[in-house]
Amino acid sequence: MDLTVLITKAIIILVIFGITLLIATYSTYAERKVAGFLQDRLGPNRAGPWGLLQPIADAGKMFFKEDFIPAQASKWLFILGPCLAMLTALMSSAVIPFGDSIRFGQYEIPVQGIEINIGMLYIFGVVSLGVYGIMVGGWASNNKFSLLGAIRAASQNISYEIALGMSIIAILMMTGSLSVRAIVEQQAEVGFFGWGVFTQPLGFVIFLVCAFAECNRTPFDLPECETELVGGYHTEYSSMKLGFYLFAEYINMFVSSAVIASLYFGGYHYPFAAQAHEALTNALGANTGHNVATAIGTVLFFGKIFFFIFFFMWVRWTLPRFRYDQLMNLGWKSLIPLSILNVIVTGAGLLFNFNYATWAIVAVMVVLAVMSAAKAPKGAVAMQKA
Amino acid sequence: MNAAYVPSDYLPVFIQLILALGFIVTTMIVTHMVGPKRNSQKKDDPFECGIPVVGDARTPISIKYFLIAILFVLFDVEVIFMYPWAVNFKQLGVTGFLEMILFMGLLLSGFYYVIRKGVLKWE
Amino acid sequence: MNELLAHFKQLTPTGYLFWILAFVTVLSAIVVVTARNPIHSVLALIATFFCLSGHYVLLNAQFLAAVNIIVYAGAIMVLFLFTIMFLNLRKEDEESKTSLAKIAAVIVGGTLMVLMLGIFKAAQVGSYNAIAFDAKTGLVENLGMVLYGDYLLPFELASVLFLVAMVGAVMLGKREAGDRHF
Repeated sequence: MDLTVLITKAIIILVIFGITLLIATYSTYAERKVAGFLQDRLGPNRAGPWGLLQPIADAGKMFFKEDFIPAQASKWLFILGPCLAMLTALMSSAVIPFGDSIRFGQYEIPVQGIEINIGMLYIFGVVSLGVYGIMVGGWASNNKFSLLGAIRAASQNISYEIALGMSIIAILMMTGSLSVRAIVEQQAEVGFFGWGVFTQPLGFVIFLVCAFAECNRTPFDLPECETELVGGYHTEYSSMKLGFYLFAEYINMFVSSAVIASLYFGGYHYPFAAQAHEALTNALGANTGHNVATAIGTVLFFGKIFFFIFFFMWVRWTLPRFRYDQLMNLGWKSLIPLSILNVIVTGAGLLFNFNYATWAIVAVMVVLAVMSAAKAPKGAVAMQKA
Repeated sequence: MNAAYVPSDYLPVFIQLILALGFIVTTMIVTHMVGPKRNSQKKDDPFECGIPVVGDARTPISIKYFLIAILFVLFDVEVIFMYPWAVNFKQLGVTGFLEMILFMGLLLSGFYYVIRKGVLKWE
Repeated sequence: MNELLAHFKQLTPTGYLFWILAFVTVLSAIVVVTARNPIHSVLALIATFFCLSGHYVLLNAQFLAAVNIIVYAGAIMVLFLFTIMFLNLRKEDEESKTSLAKIAAVIVGGTLMVLMLGIFKAAQVGSYNAIAFDAKTGLVENLGMVLYGDYLLPFELASVLFLVAMVGAVMLGKREAGDRHF
C-alpha cells in the first residue's frame, strides 16, 4: 500500500471516528427525547434550542466531576476497565462500508476505513473482547454490586455470542465471503429481495436479539439494573470513567445498528439503485453522477442506521427486563438450537439453489404459536390483562 | 474492489488503534486533572446503600458460571470451525453439508446431555 | 554485534515491524510469568495473543489471526479471568513454595531449556519453494477447502473431543450441598 492510499485511508478513518463519536453523543440526547416522547414528557429542553446542547453540557459536567477511586479498589485495573470498554467500542466502526466509492480524477476511493478479507470475523473478534472492560472494571471496584454486575455481564455476553456467530454463518453460506463490502454488494446484485432480511428472516431476528444482549440494552440490562444492583458494574465509577462506560454503550449501539443495516438491509444499497446510478451518470457525467449516487446511498444507509438506533430506544422504553433464568434459557435453549436449525435449513435450501428456505421455519413457528394460543384457556389472557 | 488481500490491508487498523488510544488517554488525563479531590474515610468505602461494609466483595461464586464459560469455549470453537465451511459452502456441496451435519450431530448430542443433566437450569 | 547492526540496516519496513512485534511479544510473555498479581498475568497473556495475531497477519494468515483473537483472547482468556477473579485467590491461600519445589522447578526448567536449545540447533529451518509459493494459502477460502478436503478426519475427531470435554465439564460441575447461588 503506497503512502497516498494510506493517507486517504487515514483521513477516512478520522472522519468515521468523528462521526461515530458525534452520533454516540447525540444518541444520549435522542434517547432522552425518545423516552420523553414515549412517556408523554418533554425531555431535555433547557440547554440551547430544543435542548440540543444537552449532551455537551453532560460531557462538561462529567469532566468536572471528581475522578474518584475507592480505597479498596485495585487502582490500575479500576482505571483500565472503562478504557478497555471504550477501546473495544471504538475499534469496530472502520470495517463497515458506509458507501460505494468516490471517483476523483482517475482515483476511486471506497467510502470505508478498512477493507479486509475477514471483515465479519474482525467485528466478531472485537465484540468478543467487549466483555473484558466490564469484567475488569466490575472486579477491580471491590464492591459486591459491581462484582455481581460483572459476573452477569460476562455470562450474558458469552452466552449470546454463540447464537450471534451462528446467525452470521447462515449469511456467509449465501455470500461465500467474510468481507462486509462483498456481503453488501451481493445483496445489491440481487436487488431489493436479495436483502438479508428477506433471505434470512430468522437469522435477522436472532442477530437482533443477540445485538441487544451484547450491548447490555433493555430487556437485557441485568448487569446494570438499578432496582437490583444500584448501578451494576459501574456503581463505584464517577467522572469521565463512568462517561466511558455509558458512551461505549451508545457507540456499540451505533455499530450494531450499522452491522444490522449492512448484513440484513442491503447496506448502502436501495431499490432501483442501478437505474438511479445510470440516470445520474447520464445526466451529470461519469464522475459526478457516480459520486452523487454514492452520496444518496450513504445518506440512506445512515437513515437505516438511525432507524435501528431508534428501534433500540423504542424497545428500551417499552419492554420490561428479563429475569436471569429467562435470559439464560432464551440464550441457550432457544436461540442456539434455533440458529443451528437455521444454518441447516439454509444449507439444505442452498443445495437446491433456493435462497428463501428459512421462511419454512418461520411458517412452522407461526403455526405453532397460533396453535398454542388457540389451545390456551380463554380466561388466561383476560386474567393477565386484568 | 480489493481482490489482493495482503497484510498491508491491516495498516489502517493500526491507525484506528492509535486514534482510539490517543482519544482515551487524553480524556482520562484531562478528567483526572480538572476534577476536584476530596477524600474521607466514609467516602472511600465501597458503596453499599448506607449499610456498613461486611467482609470482602471478592467471594467465590456458583460453579454454574464456570460451566457456562467452559461450554462457551467449546461452542465458540465450533462456530469458528464453521466459518471456513460456510465461506466454501457452494464449492463443498453435498459432501461438505453431510460432513458438517455429522460434526454438529456429535456436538449437539453433547449439548443434549448437558441440558438433560440440568447444567443450564437456573432457579 | 556488527553483523546484527548490518542486518538491521538492510531491513524492509516489514522487517522492522516484525522485530518490534517480536520484541513486544517476548516482553509481554515475560510479564505473564513474572507478574505477582494473577490478573495482570492474564492481561499480559491477552497482549501476547494480540502480538501473535500480528505475526499471523504478517504471514498473511488472516483467518488464523482473527481466530487466534476470538478463541484465545476472546474465549479462553475469559474463562481464565473468570476462574482467577472469582476463585478467591487470597495471599494466604497460595500454596507455599518450599525450597524442594523450587529446586525441582529449576531442574525441570533447565532441562527443558537445554532440550529446546539442542533442538533449535539441530533443526533444519524450513524453506519454501519460490515457484510453488502461494501468498493466499492463509486466506479463509483456501483454508476451508484444505480443512474440509484433506484434513476431514481430524476435523470430525475434533467434535468427539468436544463431546468428551462437555461430559468432563458436567462431571466437574456436579452439584454439591452448600453451594452458594446468585
